[in-house]
Amino acid sequence: MKLLTHNMLTSHVKGVTKGYPLLIKATEVKVNEVEFQPQFVSRMIPKLEWSALIQAAEGLGYLQDLPNAPISNYENNEEFLRKVHRVLLEVEVIEGCLQCPESGRQFPISKGVPNMLLNEDES
Amino acid sequence: MALHCGKTFCQYLLHLAHDNVDFRLPEIKSLLSLRGRKCDPPENFKERSPFWRLNGLSEDDVHSVMSRTVCAKSAFELWGHGKTAAELKSSLLEYPKERMTPFLQQESTYKINVYTFNKTLLFKDRIEKINALDFLPFQGKVNLKHPDHIFCLLEDYGLDPNDIPEEPFYIYFGRWIADGQRELIRSHSVKKRHFIGNTSMDAGLSFIMANHAKVKPHDLVYDPFVGTGSLLVACSHFGAYVCGTDIDYNTIHGVGRASRKNQKWRGPDENIRANLRQYGTEVFYVDVMVSDASKPVWRKGTLFDAIITDPPYGIRESTRRTGSHKEITNPPENLFGESHVPVSMVYHLSDVFADLLNFAAYHLVLGGRLVYWLPVYRPEYCEEMVPLHPCLRLVSNCEQTLSSHTSRRLITMEKTKDPEESDALQQLANPRFTPNQGHNSFREKYFSGITKKSTAKAMTEPPQTKKSD
Repeated sequence: MKLLTHNMLTSHVKGVTKGYPLLIKATEVKVNEVEFQPQFVSRMIPKLEWSALIQAAEGLGYLQDLPNAPISNYENNEEFLRKVHRVLLEVEVIEGCLQCPESGRQFPISKGVPNMLLNEDES
Repeated sequence: MALHCGKTFCQYLLHLAHDNVDFRLPEIKSLLSLRGRKCDPPENFKERSPFWRLNGLSEDDVHSVMSRTVCAKSAFELWGHGKTAAELKSSLLEYPKERMTPFLQQESTYKINVYTFNKTLLFKDRIEKINALDFLPFQGKVNLKHPDHIFCLLEDYGLDPNDIPEEPFYIYFGRWIADGQRELIRSHSVKKRHFIGNTSMDAGLSFIMANHAKVKPHDLVYDPFVGTGSLLVACSHFGAYVCGTDIDYNTIHGVGRASRKNQKWRGPDENIRANLRQYGTEVFYVDVMVSDASKPVWRKGTLFDAIITDPPYGIRESTRRTGSHKEITNPPENLFGESHVPVSMVYHLSDVFADLLNFAAYHLVLGGRLVYWLPVYRPEYCEEMVPLHPCLRLVSNCEQTLSSHTSRRLITMEKTKDPEESDALQQLANPRFTPNQGHNSFREKYFSGITKKSTAKAMTEPPQTKKSD
């Protein structure tokens, strides 16, 4: 699971009102190099929940001194875009789980794939 | 372009492949709209013809369309056309010389092809037709292997293979500009794909879907019934970042029984990511997840530029969602464990489509497109069965026949506005905004039709050719 995906995921456990962001509990993290496409990163930045991204990156140890808010004029700052690219697309949680911040429900991640299925009594 | 060519001379000719006929115009229209162009066919435009004349485009527009289309074979700058050879000649003589001469220079090389639709010509007839064009001021040398310029004489002998006329109905002559992407159908064939499933979408239709969805580089595209990821393969080919979810753990993880003949179990590394790697587009892989489309896991926001999917119809893949028919359920002991498999229940088809449209209304960007297949029982189909949504405009609806009584329709919708509270009321008032319960019985009708047909036809007719998806 990449942090771009994590940024868009929320808990959907029944009754939960504050299910975002999911907490990452990683036992295995990998960094896979992915070709840098500045235009895509620029397009994604306005769609991101920035604080959730910062929190996730910090938790995994890949913050790379990213600021608490996207810098102005980021489209033209390759160094900044490369850092965002790294956390969005290169850092991957391979094993671990995602935890709902409110209910504590854990969604396992195995071989890089989150399993978001709920049990019959949870939805 | 429009500045230095009069309207009458600014025509391009598309030569289309004669399959997936229904899907061709929406594809070309979508690709033109990616360039902000409208499709402007002439008055006597015939959609089913293999040759289309298009007005008001630049050569760059045509190149852009050809770099994407799997419906069109080739594009030509049209120099002349007519119902007879004489008409073609006078039309060619009217074409401005100054637009011809740059391609007929003495030091250049060229060749002339003859293409006939619905007729095969003898070699000597072809040569005769080429010689008949000698009134054109060709100065260059003929080079059949590596010509600088290719010209083509295209003859249309109609659509009826049982009634081929002596003389063509229509003749075109033009300068070849570009070929389409028909080659992708072969290079991306599921036969040679690393990871496939029972219902993997064929390559041609996957690319058509991506084109209908106007998928473009740096988009984020989502497939909620991703299966083995055929649609993601097509979208990533056009430079879009892709993600998908599926309720089937085994498919997402690529474990369990193989779909291929002669192979019992899936090998290691049979997964969607490996498919993208096979075609060199792994850079566009975002993620796939095990998740139930009826209970979306995405946070609020317009996250996706396109949603493109082939929902299960309950024929070869079951329609499932998590949940239980039982009133009281005992929580299993190992509740959070990976080993627990939630009970799944039937996911009514009408709900699948209602949920899908609603999801698209909330999560597509404005102008973003939803492209999906709607299975229909043909004897009962009417346009009113296609579900609508107050925030989505129906763009196109194309039929692919599956059998005498069933087909599936490729529905393309575009988001025109963000959902508001008043939409919910409107949704209740308009019957087309509420799920059509008729879709639920598709499975029963499908199988009832098969039993009827198989008993009736077994004696008289050979088995019908079955289109695979």
